[in-house]
Amino acid sequence: MTNTGRVETEQVTETSEPVIEARGLHFRAGASHILRGIDLTVEPGEVVALLGANGSGKSTLVKSLVGINVPSEGTVRLLGEPLGAGGRGGTVDWGRVGYVPQRAGAGGGIPSTAQEVVASGLLHGRRLSLPRGWRDRVAAALEQVGLADRVHDPVHLLSGGQQQRILIARALVREPDLLVLDEPVAGVDVASQEAFATTMRRLVDGGLTVLVVLHELGELEPLVTRAVVLKHGKVVHDGAPPQARHDHDRAGHRHQHPHADDNSLDPAESRAFDLEVRP
Amino acid sequence: MITLMLTDPFMQRALLAALLVGVTAPVVGTYLVQRKLSLLGDGIGHVALTGVALGWLVGAGMGLTPNDALAIPGAVVAAVVGSVLIEVVRRRGRTSGDLALAIMFYGGIAGGVLLIGIAGGSSGNLMTYLFGSISTVSDADLWLTVVLSAVVLAIGVGLRHALFSVSHDEEFAIASGLPVWALNVVVAVVSALTVTVAMRVVGLLLVSALMIVPVAIAQQVTHAFGRTMLTACVVGVVVCLTGLSITYWYNVSPGATIVVLAIAVYAVVSLLAPLLSRRRPAHDPHPDLPDDVDLPAAATERAAAAAKECR
Repeated sequence: MTNTGRVETEQVTETSEPVIEARGLHFRAGASHILRGIDLTVEPGEVVALLGANGSGKSTLVKSLVGINVPSEGTVRLLGEPLGAGGRGGTVDWGRVGYVPQRAGAGGGIPSTAQEVVASGLLHGRRLSLPRGWRDRVAAALEQVGLADRVHDPVHLLSGGQQQRILIARALVREPDLLVLDEPVAGVDVASQEAFATTMRRLVDGGLTVLVVLHELGELEPLVTRAVVLKHGKVVHDGAPPQARHDHDRAGHRHQHPHADDNSLDPAESRAFDLEVRP
Repeated sequence: MITLMLTDPFMQRALLAALLVGVTAPVVGTYLVQRKLSLLGDGIGHVALTGVALGWLVGAGMGLTPNDALAIPGAVVAAVVGSVLIEVVRRRGRTSGDLALAIMFYGGIAGGVLLIGIAGGSSGNLMTYLFGSISTVSDADLWLTVVLSAVVLAIGVGLRHALFSVSHDEEFAIASGLPVWALNVVVAVVSALTVTVAMRVVGLLLVSALMIVPVAIAQQVTHAFGRTMLTACVVGVVVCLTGLSITYWYNVSPGATIVVLAIAVYAVVSLLAPLLSRRRPAHDPHPDLPDDVDLPAAATERAAAAAKECR
């Protein structure tokens, strides 16, 4: 998100390492085999949308990429460094990675202010105490998500959409080079989605790499450079983002075909892929 | 009268111990409430009882006098081991934290009573540890309390931002590369040390009350994590010193007095808190944003009127 970041993406893309590199990723939870051999590479400067129906394994994959889930098989490299056993990446530069979970967790048993929650984003790796000037950085991050006036408000009293934006601010406050977002705009109103897209546009122009789980491309559509579609724990599409309605045969479709005849679309089928139909 | 109390050397030691417990217990309690492990202190307290009996047994075997010379070191060791065990069980996720705690409760008490019998004592010997015996605090006890309190405060306050992050959202802390497992063990060990610090003042059965009740009181009047911790400490100190002072003039149990006092404060504050928080909010809680749907003209007018009312 800095000028040097932009230079890096424009000039060094050819030679620089992938930001995310997952090879042969499997994840099992008890008897269920949730990820079944995922290969995923994200290069610097890309904005990759991860699409797929509920239960296709998107969140599990994203959590495996940031070390929360420990894959049953396969390897993950983050910023060129391996995520080690136990999900801990001792050599990963965590200050360059920002993660936005799907929704505000239950939080703790004690109310916390927006400032306190966003400030926790400034701790990473071996940095266990807040840096100098943390209040200004927290204020700037809240400004970016349009909640500057809520700095001292308890988070649990904010609306669901506002809480989501607090989580985005918590990831942005460390000024990451890679942002991993799990449905950042689910339950967020259109005006805030637009504001979020504007913020993302600015950050991406500054060299930010993004992997974002989405149900619909929505306001982020112009930014997305590539789409990866998951189904039944496998990558079924990796390439150009879907631009129009897609009709799929129930049996064995592999690709997404732009379809001229919108009227024949079976709504249940389109929901299976959860790609928003845009006029 | 107060100078009489303050010049009594027994009372001086007791007041200092109460002061230290009043500060440290709520600091640790804040993290426990934040992680929804309010009963962890109880679990550790029960296990510490086994440690007391074990220390007694070892002391008897070595022929030490007094025969409970190793009781407190035993409690420290058992509490630390027990708290780390709970954290391991919680991490493995095989048994729910709730069940693991329950098993520790029973095992701790049963083990304590069993071992004290083997050591040649009776369960009556355990009473001072179960309910506290602040009037018998010796200089050595006091020094141990001072050192342990200093350790607990240094960690609890010094690492507060990292411990907040881990307690607030563990998954985010992992995704930030924080040493989550180590920080969780730190919270567990610090809880164990606090239990043993507070053991002499309020007793193992009431230790947890000093960790949790001040936090519950603070939560009624503040909505920030840092303020909650600070307020809980102030409440803890006031309640401990007041409760102890009452027992200087009235012959009642200090531990029980302190805890009953704390719960009374909780009751009063929860009755008063709604009145205090009825202040007007600083701004309209509804942000003035465009709607996702086009509204008819009448609805737009009503929206403007509603916005005025909130101002």
